[in-house]
Amino acid sequence: MSHQYTEMYEQLGMNVELHGQMIEAIHDSFERQVLSQQGRPEGMEHFDGLVEAAHGERVREILDHKKAGGSFIGTFCIYVPEEIAWALDVLPLPLCGGSGFSVPYAAGRFPRDICPLVKSTLGMAFSGCCPFGGIKDMAVGETTCDAKKKTWDVMAVWGVNMHVLEVPQKKNARTVDLWRAEVSEFRDRLEDISGKRLVAERLTEAVRLINRRRKALAELHSFRMEERPPISGTDVLVATQGSLIDDPARCCDRLEALNDELRQRVAQGVSPIPEGVLRIMLGGSPAVMGNWKLHHLIESAGAVVVCDETCTGTRYFAHLVPEIEGDLEAQLSAIADRYLQIDCACFSPNTERIENIVDLAGQFRVDGMIHYVLQYCHGYNIEAITVAEALKEAAVPSITLETDYSEEDNGQLRTRIEAFLEMMA
Amino acid sequence: MTASMTVGIDLGSRTTKIVVLADDAIRSAEVFDTKHDPLDGLSRHLDELPDVPTIVTGYGRHLLSERLGYQAITELSACARGAIHVRPDCRLVIDIGGQDAKVISVTEAGGFDDFVMNDRCAAGTGRFLEVMASALGYVLEEFGAEALSAGSAVRINSMCTVFAESEVVSLMTSGEDRRRIALGLHQATVERVAAMLPPGATDRGAVMFVGGVAKNPGVVELLRARLPAQPIIPEQPQIVSALGAALIAQSAGEERS
Ligand code: SF4
Ligand code: SF4
Repeated sequence: MSHQYTEMYEQLGMNVELHGQMIEAIHDSFERQVLSQQGRPEGMEHFDGLVEAAHGERVREILDHKKAGGSFIGTFCIYVPEEIAWALDVLPLPLCGGSGFSVPYAAGRFPRDICPLVKSTLGMAFSGCCPFGGIKDMAVGETTCDAKKKTWDVMAVWGVNMHVLEVPQKKNARTVDLWRAEVSEFRDRLEDISGKRLVAERLTEAVRLINRRRKALAELHSFRMEERPPISGTDVLVATQGSLIDDPARCCDRLEALNDELRQRVAQGVSPIPEGVLRIMLGGSPAVMGNWKLHHLIESAGAVVVCDETCTGTRYFAHLVPEIEGDLEAQLSAIADRYLQIDCACFSPNTERIENIVDLAGQFRVDGMIHYVLQYCHGYNIEAITVAEALKEAAVPSITLETDYSEEDNGQLRTRIEAFLEMMA
Repeated sequence: MTASMTVGIDLGSRTTKIVVLADDAIRSAEVFDTKHDPLDGLSRHLDELPDVPTIVTGYGRHLLSERLGYQAITELSACARGAIHVRPDCRLVIDIGGQDAKVISVTEAGGFDDFVMNDRCAAGTGRFLEVMASALGYVLEEFGAEALSAGSAVRINSMCTVFAESEVVSLMTSGEDRRRIALGLHQATVERVAAMLPPGATDRGAVMFVGGVAKNPGVVELLRARLPAQPIIPEQPQIVSALGAALIAQSAGEERS
């Protein structure tokens, strides 16, 4: 496919041939699951392109950014306060793997019963298919789930420059202090690797930029409150996944243009979604780039995903950072406090999430919720029980679908999804 | 009103079931093995079917609906509808077929408001019992009765078909009575299915046990002992979903006219 990058891949010490196969596999599922949809908005073009750019043009941009004196870090969670990085010319890029292609390459070196997201990420590194391995100045982990927590230790032993953020597991005054201290230490680490000092003006700028991205994404997602959404859930997912790896300013421009188009569609009554189809909320584990499986299955069964209660959905953009000027320490605290509002399943209790889901179900007028559980993602799997109880009180039916990145269970998933839809019809 | 005829086809992983319905009465019911090429195996039967509204269900439903243009519904809707027809007081169906096990909470109207299905492994399904019967050297038809003839059971620890098979082999080589192993395997199957039952499973109304495995006296007996109320077992437990599909085709026809 993209021979233009072969030289770059070789310089990065990658397995060029295998990588080519992986890109083809990703493209194949992208074509089948995403590009085959009818009536897609024109503004999706940029985001479609990002699926290819993720391992192509974007790598080149990162190398250029480093040449120009900037730094680059890999991240694995939306808990990483990215504003601080951007303000120090440190480019943060989510490295979570969403492709089933690399999963088998994690086998043998890592235990079997780990979620496909971690396995896909590691498999990419082990097989020489990750362009970012050698060029990152640091990888930032967090103490959210067990799979990730222990993976950081292994990565450190294997020579990766790791920084691990301690994400608390309860929310109270003590953990607010702990988390603020973590954020402050993160600033120190970033200052070290970048050789720059964090200044208030740059941080305000970065906060504004990332707020702009969150706002644009929130608006994109909100179009699906319409009776007939102007865009499919699969496309909203693709645009969100792309936005998270794109250059923020560029992606804001494109998101805002897409939103303009969608606003027009709504005014003109244009929609790719047939009238009266069932409205589904999908919530739980993240669906990162390369993973469009469940959205595709749900929407090809004749329903529409109107709400993504995931880290590639509401959890990413739900809260903005207050745009304070001047006082650096106050800014950092405001950033820390914003992040601590994220309702990841690693918290106990996770009351905010439960309440939020019931709220979202009302706002988006969902007919039912599908708990999306990546296999072995225990947090979201077990929390689905608590959520389902709350939804039952609100008279919203839900089912849990646990699956990985392979397509071998598509038949069974289809039966469950269709049965769920028939049950609600 | 003239008799309205419909057909329901349940293309399952192991067997295919076809029910022809004239109004509410079953005109014919056929059960035969699903071939490797299901369409080819079906064609002879299809030729003999009347050209009337037909609904397909089962794991091969999409194949049939794509190739032959029939409307497809899931086994869960079909099974719920069929069960309510057989026994209007039925509120819970346990359906164990060749490849999956389901528990469906049925509503009075013949729909359903909750369901549980086994995950992708074959544990607790007909396939599991089939593999184990052959590992023990039984023909499937005698497997259940042989199991019941054992005085006590060997506890089987593994529910994974592959692991359980090696467990069975090692028990046999250690000289264990194969009937006791058979009983243990049946118990394990029933435990697996019992775990899928909602709390107060029998409170809402009668429980019905359907699917090919409902013909295995071992599973039936052990399930009876496990439930607070006697489960209903229809005369032909395998055809309930095909019947339900044919019934849904009738109501669809009524809505149209
Ligand atoms: S699910 Fe939790 S751990 Fe995973 S990205 Fe989201 S916040 Fe981070
Ligand atoms: S998907 Fe779940 S198990 Fe996997 S890394 Fe994220 S939180 Fe952990």
